[in-house]
Amino acid sequence: MTVDTAVTSASGTAADTELVQLLTPEGERVPHEHYDTLIDDITADEIRDLYRDLTMSRRIDSEAIALQRQGELGLWASLLGQEAAQVGSARALRPQDHVFPTYREHGVAWCRGVDPAQLLGLFRGVDQGSWDPKENNFHLYTIVIGAQTLHATGYAMGVQRDGAIGTGDPERDAAVLAYFGDGATSQGDVNEAFIWAGVNNAPVVFFCQNNQWAISEPLERQTRVPLYRRAHGFGFPGLRVDGNDVLACLAVSREALQRARDGEGPSLIEAFTYRMGAHTTSDDASRYRLDSELESWRLKDPVERVKAYMTREKMADQAFFDGVEAEAEQLAEHLRTTCRSMPDPHPTTIFDHVYVDTPPTLRAQQEEMARYLDSFVDEKEAQ
Amino acid sequence: MSVSQFNLPDVGEGLTEAEIVSWKVKPGDAVKVNDIIVEIETAKSAVELPSPYAGVVDSLLVEEGQTVPVGTPIIAVNTGTETPVSDVATPGADLGAESSGSDAAAPTGTGADEKGATDTGADTPAAEDERQPVLVGYGPRSSSPGRRQRKRPAAASEPPPDQQRAQQSAHAGSAQAPASGDGRARVLAKPPVRKLAKDLGIDISTVTPTGPNGTVTREDVQAAAAPVADTADEAVREPAGVSSELGWNGQPRTERIPVRSVRRKTAQAMVESAFTAPHVTEFITVDVSRSVKLAERLREKREFRDVKLTPLALLARAMCLAIPRTPEVNARWDEDAGEIVMQRYVNLGIAAATPRGLVVPNIKEAHQLSLRDLAVAINDLASTAREGKTPPADMQGGTISITNVGVFGVDTGTPIINPGEAAILAFGAIREQPWVHKGKIKPRSITTLALSFDHRLVDGEQGSRFLSDVASLLEDPANALAWSMT
Repeated sequence: MTVDTAVTSASGTAADTELVQLLTPEGERVPHEHYDTLIDDITADEIRDLYRDLTMSRRIDSEAIALQRQGELGLWASLLGQEAAQVGSARALRPQDHVFPTYREHGVAWCRGVDPAQLLGLFRGVDQGSWDPKENNFHLYTIVIGAQTLHATGYAMGVQRDGAIGTGDPERDAAVLAYFGDGATSQGDVNEAFIWAGVNNAPVVFFCQNNQWAISEPLERQTRVPLYRRAHGFGFPGLRVDGNDVLACLAVSREALQRARDGEGPSLIEAFTYRMGAHTTSDDASRYRLDSELESWRLKDPVERVKAYMTREKMADQAFFDGVEAEAEQLAEHLRTTCRSMPDPHPTTIFDHVYVDTPPTLRAQQEEMARYLDSFVDEKEAQ
Repeated sequence: MSVSQFNLPDVGEGLTEAEIVSWKVKPGDAVKVNDIIVEIETAKSAVELPSPYAGVVDSLLVEEGQTVPVGTPIIAVNTGTETPVSDVATPGADLGAESSGSDAAAPTGTGADEKGATDTGADTPAAEDERQPVLVGYGPRSSSPGRRQRKRPAAASEPPPDQQRAQQSAHAGSAQAPASGDGRARVLAKPPVRKLAKDLGIDISTVTPTGPNGTVTREDVQAAAAPVADTADEAVREPAGVSSELGWNGQPRTERIPVRSVRRKTAQAMVESAFTAPHVTEFITVDVSRSVKLAERLREKREFRDVKLTPLALLARAMCLAIPRTPEVNARWDEDAGEIVMQRYVNLGIAAATPRGLVVPNIKEAHQLSLRDLAVAINDLASTAREGKTPPADMQGGTISITNVGVFGVDTGTPIINPGEAAILAFGAIREQPWVHKGKIKPRSITTLALSFDHRLVDGEQGSRFLSDVASLLEDPANALAWSMT
């Protein structure tokens, strides 16, 4: 038996691991022979749009955390630090592509056009996800770790059977984008999804935001090799991208999604990033990780580097940044007011979406419950 | 009125209470939405709460250091002439702690409607509603909340006859609820035991049950009825004839101090250590004049320019050198596995007195550090601890500890081992004392070292050897040259 002794660490070393990066943490654009061609159509306008997306995603997140701390939400999973991975990959999508998110993809939801206020209902406990997945081709948040990779693969196999790949029609050919984290790679579901996608050559892109922590478990407890290398064992390509570099994430996602649309099968993108906040608002990350690690990642901030780049290249002035800031504040206000005015659902709504046509026994139960609830004085007023 | 109150939210999925650690605002301060107003500490973490209101702080309703149930109003903010942002509900908490008079626009759901039912608000504590702590998600409740919504008077609505059965069963279900709704858990006891309690004048709900399934037994009632000789309060009661209620300086004779987090942890750790590890303490008095001189000389050196080199750092280094010669003092007792774990690395704990209490952060891989790096690490550790910023990770995984009691001017003590470790060394004050040196009595720098060790792991011979090794290094640092690497 031989073991590849060169590869024994999860993070990989500079020597044996290539990280696609187009924008350094200092905001300097580094040329790349191949990936430059994938984003050579990006204009200064679009850079400004990306910056706006990043800022909005961050503001959605910080407002939601504040709302949770004010008792308005039961829970929130913060995306802080992962804005570039989400925005870069989501902006590579076409309208007909379909997205399967985890519960942390607020930036992707934003880019897909979902009203961020709609994300809050789930975390406030007043609905189970209120946006229509068909409207923006953005599936509901999946809480079960890794389960959505199987949904995505199945959906991609459906796309395949619809013949919506490899036709050469840019309006028709579709890809599926499945998000998950480093912790999910230890789940059976994800490995099964890899197998199914590989064997069926399904048009799915597995986008792993490796934020280094599966709640309190560090990456080295999940893997002995860099995660992107796992793809090779399943028979499709994998690569690692600087997950805090929005341009690099855009470039590699564009390429992988196009591969899928062209019928060339799945691929794995490992976006190497960092979860700057706790796992959720219920978690205290200082119990298991060091501030020094956080500090080192703070220097790689995904939003600041775009700002530095734009300033350096004179793509934006202070008025632009102030304008985005003001827009972000408006969005925050929208989130606050919408969140606080969300009505509690009526208890009988649990019957609403079980069957298309409610069977008589269930209808009887529904009516019985309604009468029971009616027997309380106060419930009537609440509705 | 435009004064809005902010109720303590459940910030961690199923928490029932939190301690107000510190206020970041005071009455009269202007606050904006999302300004940080208070730091709280829950069973899960310390978090800062942002203000849901813009306005001027009217009053702080809970003092620092107090632990209050979720739902308790903690701050009142005067939101001025704007339409008052009405009270913030605490979803997921539903403890019914609605404050008065502002249920106008708030999406408070059931809470707002129940004022009449439970207007006690804040004093509906979660005591019977405790959840067991879990890492993620709501912990399981250890008992049911026992609160139901008010039922309409029976005659109010007449259901269609064919629905009466269902209606009745529904009513039956809700009618049972009030039985446990008086906020008190139902006591399990057999009727004769209840009668005994009644006869003896004992409130059976106050009796600690020891029977199967939490039932109160006859013995429990008898034990509760037996005259209690010495409760803590009675033990300290002043002798008859002393009528004053005051102690010195006109202050109350006794004061009860709530046991806060660090103090509580210290207490638990100390009790655990003292009663599981059989402690032995040995002492040695040692002439450290040469070490003191060495420290003075090193301080002159360029590489020590920015370092506060203290005798403590020399002691730390001496321990690191001495440990490999007696590795048992650096071992760990694994009760579950029935094994002794020999640890071939040193995570050196330094006990630090902080405003919040005693903490023992440790220097990781101390055996690999030079004297200079050790000195830096000790200083960093101490200043971080004093600021109360020691991350929990720094307090875990220690292998052996030092307690520098000398800084308090005392000669020595019998330290209690940090739980999970095998030994702790107390470093006493260094004093100029008459000492026999080269046949003459000279003033020398003398200190006392005390080593407490866990006798399960460390025998007297080993403990003595380690202590004398450390002492000999401090007595003459040159001794280190004579030692092998292991």
